Amino acid sequence: MTIQDEYRKKGWKDLPPGGIVDRPATARDYKTGTWRAFRPIRNKDKKICQNPEACLVCWILCPDAAIIRVEPNELEIDLDYCKGCGVCALECPLKAIEMEQE
Amino acid sequence: MAKAKVLGMMGDFAVAEAAKLCNPDVIAAYPITPQTIIVERLAEFVADGELDCDYICVESEHSAMSACFGASAAGARVYTATASQGLALMIEIVYITASARFPVVMTIANRALSGPINIHCDHSDAMLARDSGWIQLFAEDCQEAYDSTIQAFRIAEDKQVSLPVINCLDGFVLSHSIEPVEILEPTEEETLDGFLPIRDPLYKLDVDAPIAQGLLALPEFYMEIKRGQQEAHLRSLDVIKEVIQDFGDRWGRYWPVVEPYQMDDAEVAVVTIGSSTGTGRAAVDELRAEGKKVGLVKLRCFRPFPVKDIQAALKNAGAVGVCDRAVSFGSTGPAYADTAGAMVGRSGPLIKNFIIGLGGKDITIDTFRAMYDNLYADLAKGEVEEPVEWIGIRGE
Repeated sequence: MTIQDEYRKKGWKDLPPGGIVDRPATARDYKTGTWRAFRPIRNKDKKICQNPEACLVCWILCPDAAIIRVEPNELEIDLDYCKGCGVCALECPLKAIEMEQE
Repeated sequence: MAKAKVLGMMGDFAVAEAAKLCNPDVIAAYPITPQTIIVERLAEFVADGELDCDYICVESEHSAMSACFGASAAGARVYTATASQGLALMIEIVYITASARFPVVMTIANRALSGPINIHCDHSDAMLARDSGWIQLFAEDCQEAYDSTIQAFRIAEDKQVSLPVINCLDGFVLSHSIEPVEILEPTEEETLDGFLPIRDPLYKLDVDAPIAQGLLALPEFYMEIKRGQQEAHLRSLDVIKEVIQDFGDRWGRYWPVVEPYQMDDAEVAVVTIGSSTGTGRAAVDELRAEGKKVGLVKLRCFRPFPVKDIQAALKNAGAVGVCDRAVSFGSTGPAYADTAGAMVGRSGPLIKNFIIGLGGKDITIDTFRAMYDNLYADLAKGEVEEPVEWIGIRGE
């Protein structure tokens, strides 16, 4: 259970004072992907991303580091943290990413 | 702990002496009239080796409060002072410090907010921080400003409270006026520790037990956190009363959160905050000598607002005027709004609001006579015709 789930079960009397989080490194548990209104969809037909020449523009520009290089030229989108800003879709020179409403 | 000598000193000096006695770990402050003497004096103490403390000379009040926030997060005892525009500049962090539940003691030498620019006393600066979540105490004289400073550290750092405290003393009227002040003198055997132990924070920054402070809280948590903050603030009133009692038992001076003066049979009464209380007491004495049954209620603790104490103090009066040295434009004075709110739904006095002493406008015995006459007139009519009246200005 993430700390957020744990704190969600607590009423105001049981939350730690001052809105602190009583342990470190919990930001990873906070799934900001829930804020997303538009979801990036990779067009698998456009194989260029698997090529050695993959440009990685999306990986460079993603403000949430939600483009993951699983292999040197194999990319995945981490939907736990992708807020759906659409920078990747806009900037992809091959238009290999499209945004779809959630 | 020796009850020490009586010295003639101005309010700013008295506050600096008290802050020094409390041995803060960190002072971060920026000078501003009429508070400057406090932080200059403390800087002297540090430079002369009389106070072992990290004195941070910051570039603005915003930075002063930011440094205080960080130092308090680290578990330090923290002190600062400001006034007027300085408070206005730091206000962003003033709110955040309270919501994080970080104890800090801050003196405000009350000065009117600009504009027009003015250096003299009113309470508009303190009222700017009214809703910030800081406890707010107002001093009547230099002795109270001294004692209040010592009490403030104990209140702020109490684990049940863990909130910052603003101590107000009226600019120039107290900050620059020399009065006899009895200062406490610790000895080798008897230090201040019995009254004010070393701070034991609720949480602190610690590399071995890391926590996260000063975080984001979106709709699913924000309101719950604010509810907890409100509860801590409301409950602090009991701790404030305990601290007042303990201080009085040790050194003989009690400064109640609400202090009635000649209220037992008072037909009309005023509620005062700060140094005008002394003038008000003199006016009560004069009018009593003339056979008029007038009284006064001093409001020392403005936040948390002591609802029950105010109700008890005012319940038997016929008409009450609440004196505000500040105004919420488009509405009333802040203390009036709180006092009237406390009396709603109860049988009690007629209540009205007097706006007095803005920007250092003199508050004299005649000012009080005018207010008491005004209250007697309303009492005779049995109703308040004009709920908010400005007293002592030309053209009224």
